[in-house]
Amino acid sequence: MGPLSIISEFPEWINLLIALFIGIGFGYTLEQAGFSSSRKLAGMFYGYDTTVLKVFFTAAIVALAGSQLLSFFGLLNLKLVFVNPWYVNASIIGGIIMGAGFIMGGYCPGTGISALSIGKIDAMIYMLGGMFGAFLFAETFPFIQTLATDNYEGPMRIDEWFGVSPGLFTLLLILAAVALFWIAEIAEKKFSRTDITSDL
Amino acid sequence: MYKTKYMNPYLAGILLGLVLLSAMFLSGRGLGASGGIKYAVVALVGAVDKTHAMDSPYYSKYFENGERPLKNWLAFEVFGMVLGGFISGALSHRLKFKVEKSPEISNKKRLLFAFLGGTFFVYGAQLARGCTSGAALSGMAVLSVAGFVTMIAIFGSAYLFAWFFRRLWI
Repeated sequence: MGPLSIISEFPEWINLLIALFIGIGFGYTLEQAGFSSSRKLAGMFYGYDTTVLKVFFTAAIVALAGSQLLSFFGLLNLKLVFVNPWYVNASIIGGIIMGAGFIMGGYCPGTGISALSIGKIDAMIYMLGGMFGAFLFAETFPFIQTLATDNYEGPMRIDEWFGVSPGLFTLLLILAAVALFWIAEIAEKKFSRTDITSDL
Repeated sequence: MYKTKYMNPYLAGILLGLVLLSAMFLSGRGLGASGGIKYAVVALVGAVDKTHAMDSPYYSKYFENGERPLKNWLAFEVFGMVLGGFISGALSHRLKFKVEKSPEISNKKRLLFAFLGGTFFVYGAQLARGCTSGAALSGMAVLSVAGFVTMIAIFGSAYLFAWFFRRLWI
């Protein structure tokens, strides 16, 4: 029965060792997917490479459907799994700032770490910028504290919000993802840039 | 020197989903990236100016009860990410120091915008309490509204700004 480290009350070092191995799997998969290339990632926003959408939504669905199944068979207590708290204003404004950073830098933090680990110098500079961003946030926190904490809704779940069962919402999300994959495949042909993609 | 092709994106997605599911099953939490960067900065500020760190309501909570910011799940996970990325790069012959950019722009311009992009992204991630990994991907996997909203805000905004920065990429 999971989450193992919570239910079995693992000592801290085992949980940190798990973190290390999860990280190795995470970093390995991102790099294998091609997320260590900023021009491949940026393709998402100009249509010539939609790997981001395919990997991202497939992963979300596998983890979502997998956890729902484990919970259904009594193998995972989802009440003990962290659900992100929803700060309405901060999630929207923070997301918009992140999107601007994405298109300027070509990476998000996870993919930046992936690119850095194979020697991309632009990713190393991106990470320095990221550290500066975290520093700036900490130093400016008193001024933006209201924005960061206003309009708090708690760890709200989207299935409850829509008033449907988690299973039904998962099914709807899978259907939406399949539609998006179909659009993505068309976009890649329409906006094809073999001069860029053959280079990556 | 040949390079191995990237993995099929749907297969990579399944693998990534299984990694995330493992994190949920083993540790009761999702994946993260920007949080690890934050802990590195908190540790750095603590090492450079401990008084400043202890006086600040933001930093001080990471040093309470003699805690150390790097002895943390996310910090260990991010360290693992670098190892995992390196292993993948070595196996697929992709380890190489280089600045990746469009041939139309200079190295200097690419690196300037890389720095700015990092600053913006991690600042926004601190505000939204998670980035593409911790808020969007992991959030969606637990059906949190925050995850869906953050995902739409990140990608919507990137599409909106893509036109202004198109010279950097295409």
